This record gives sequence, C-alpha cells and structure tokens, in this order.
Amino acid sequence: MSTALLERNKESKEEELSPMNQQIEKATKISVNDLNLFYGDKQALYNISIDIQEKQVTALIGPSGCGKSTFLRTLNRMNDLIDGVKISGDITIDHENIYQSHDVIQLRTKVGMVFQKPNLFPMSIYDNVAYGPRMQGIKSKRELNRIVEESLRGAAIWDEVKGRLKTSALGLSGGQQQRVCIARAIAMKPEVILMDEPTSALDPISTLKVEELIAQLKKDYTIVIVTHNMQQAARVSDKTAFFLNGEIIEYDVTKKIFSNPKDQRTEDYVTGRFG
Amino acid sequence: MNARKNFDNSLQELQNKMIEMNELAISAFEKAFTAFQTQNMELALKVIEDDTVIDNLDIEINQFAVWLIAKEQPFATDLRRIIASLKITSDIERIADFAANIAKATIKIGTAHSLISLTNLEQMKEISMNMLQMAVTSFIDGNISLVREVADLDDQVDNHYAENYKRITEELKQNLEDTTQLVQLLFINRYLERTADHITNIAESAAYLIKGQIYDLNS
Repeated sequence: MSTALLERNKESKEEELSPMNQQIEKATKISVNDLNLFYGDKQALYNISIDIQEKQVTALIGPSGCGKSTFLRTLNRMNDLIDGVKISGDITIDHENIYQSHDVIQLRTKVGMVFQKPNLFPMSIYDNVAYGPRMQGIKSKRELNRIVEESLRGAAIWDEVKGRLKTSALGLSGGQQQRVCIARAIAMKPEVILMDEPTSALDPISTLKVEELIAQLKKDYTIVIVTHNMQQAARVSDKTAFFLNGEIIEYDVTKKIFSNPKDQRTEDYVTGRFG
Repeated sequence: MNARKNFDNSLQELQNKMIEMNELAISAFEKAFTAFQTQNMELALKVIEDDTVIDNLDIEINQFAVWLIAKEQPFATDLRRIIASLKITSDIERIADFAANIAKATIKIGTAHSLISLTNLEQMKEISMNMLQMAVTSFIDGNISLVREVADLDDQVDNHYAENYKRITEELKQNLEDTTQLVQLLFINRYLERTADHITNIAESAAYLIKGQIYDLNS
C-alpha cells in the first residue's frame, strides 16, 4: 500500500470513521462562557468556556487544587457562600443566566448536589428525603410518601431501606447513606445533579453501586461529576474535561481523553506522570 | 520520586521480551531459509523443534500483558503500548510458524534437484526480514516514517508473489516430474507473502501506538 493511501487513511479515519467521534451530540444544558473566578486576589479559574450536554455524564478531572470543585460549585452558586469570591463571565442553564437571576433557591432546586462524604441530617431516612419537599410546602402525607418511595427507588436504595424508613439515617452504611443523599437530591426534582467526588469515601462495592446508579440517573438528569478516580471517570462519563491550574486544558469525548488525548499535559496526567 | 518507576520498568520488560521474541523469529526464519536453500534436513528439523520456544514466549508475554492491564489499569499511550505489544507478539508468533512451515516444505522437497533458481523467493525473504526489523523498530522508536516504508515494501513482496506464482505454475504444466517440489515452492511463495502481511500488521500496531488511530495497510 502506498504512502499516499496511508495519509488518506489517516485523515478519513481520524476525522470521520473513528467510533470516538461518532457521538450523538445532545442539546446543551449548561453553557459556560469565559468564566473567571477569584478568591480575593487569587484567581482560581481562568477563561473557562464549556458546553455541558443534557442527560449525559460529564466528568471533571485534574490534580488537587486545579479548580474542578470550584468550577462545579459555580454551577449552583455555592461559591456565593464564600467571602471575597468574585466571578466574571456567563453561565447559562437552559439559556438563562444563573448569575443574573436572583432566585438562588430555585436554582439549587434545579441543580442538586451530592458531596464527597454523605451529609445526611440526624433524622430518619424518611425525614431526610422528605425534608426538601416539605420545605417547598408539600404537606400531604400521601404525596410525601409517594415522593420518598419514588426518590429512594430512583437512587436504587428502596429495597434496602423500605422496612426501616423511620429509623435514623445515620445507622446506614456509608454507601447506603450516599445513595440516600442522592435520593434526597432527586426528591427535589432537579434537572442537573452535581457530584463532588461522590464515592471517594466508599468501599469498592458501594462505589460500583453508586456508579450503576449514575448510569441509570443520566436517562433523566444531566450529571456533572468531579472525580479523582480516573477509571471511574472512564466508566461513568460521556465527556471529560481535564483541568489544570484553573484552566480547562482539554474537553472531549471520554474515550478520546483516556485512549488518545490531544494535549501532552492530559496524556501525562491520565498516565500518572504527574498529579 | 518517580511514581511510575515500577510501571515503566514493567513496560520496558514487556518490550524486551517482545524484542527477544522477534530476534528468535528472525533467526528461525533465516535458519529455515538456509535449510531450504542448502537442502539441510537437520537444520530444518531444528527449526521445527525450536518453534516451541517462541510459542512459549508468546504465552508468557500474553500473560504478562494481561497482568499489567489488571494491575496498572493503563490509559492513553500506556494502554495502546500494551495492546499493540499483544497484537505484535501474536503476529511474530505466526511469522515463526511460517518459518516452521518452510522447514517442513524443505523436508518434503528432500534432496531433489533444487528449482529455487526459477523463483524470486530469496528476494522475498530478504525484503520480509528487512520489513520485520523496520516494523519492530518503528514500534520501539515511535518512528512513523518506518511504518510507511514497511507498507511500501509489502507492495514489492506482493509483486514478487504474483511473479513467482506465474513462473511456478507455468513450470508445473511442462515439468510433471517435479510436481512435488513445485507445489512446495508454491506453498513457500504463499508463506512468504503471508509473512509480509503479518509484518504489515505489526507496522499497523506501531502506527496505532504512535498515532492512536487504527490503520489498515493490507488493503
């Protein structure tokens, strides 16, 4: 075969035929444009621009201190709670600029969050899940029962806790608590779920259960997950963004990032050469 | 501290085993061809016997690569390097099998008056072994231009194959006494053509490592 054919092969396969590029693009749910964030004088995020597709899992990876958790928290304005934070640029969810809207409560209803460590309230499993809906004013016992069951089923924990809904949520294992946290988040009927290292405190079996759950949840929700576990990012996400020193270095289909990244810094990070 | 020291050592070990296997395969091929040219039955038998060593090395490399994948859960270049090594060693194993096949054909031809001069088999062998060195070097050095050279040389081997086929089949029509030998020469012609195809596969694996894309250089 001639050299010319090799070249032609290269171009056509790279650009068109590669299964890595055969990703069906879904509608953009979250659009971030030229986002800069400062903690006082210290800049933590630089010119972040990224489109996050709906009903997909987007993973944010990068070494500690690279800004990925800071970025995640900008998506439901959690950084507003920190003194001295300044933000410039736009973040739109469903074409609405979330920093121009004053209704942060409504934003956080739409954009739920699950943290690194399970942070259930010291109350029963039922009351934890019913907490949000009650705050929204739902009083009907029947309606609350329905929401609690639906949310716990949605978080793949119903069968494990249905006989003990009125017992303390803190008596559950770490993995079960984290899934109840997810149930509590989805009880608010969010559209986006942010997950900040949701399995870093869990054992391998609980981790797999949460990962399975993420795969199910993406049918209904847009998920953005920060993870230090590269295998996890590869397993659960559709797209991956690599952060370094407050910048997005590379954002692409997950298969591409983990098998043939474009940027040498991404390559060095995913192969453990730094970070 | 280099956090990847153990993994890098393991990848080097994997490559060293692959180089060792390649050297054994080239040596087997040269011996098989010498046996064929000089009608040396003892040497042919030795090549057939020694093929087990290469088969065992193939198994050893496969097991090592599987263990590395399980242990290191590699990504990007590391992953491609291990996958490419697995594919390359299986191609080298097939090439060594063709060396053994040439040795078997040599035994079948026995001491009959050699008709090798009718053919370009020796040139095919020379080009093929040159290609094999280039293909493995392209993998080791990450040299994409060698991949291109291998693809071009494969075209030369294919041309020799077609020419040999024509000459041998023509001779077959006229020379019924030497049918056995001529049929074996046809087989050897085919083994050499297939060998070059497997070497081209090795070049494809090298290109996969270097570029991260899958190529088909045999089409």
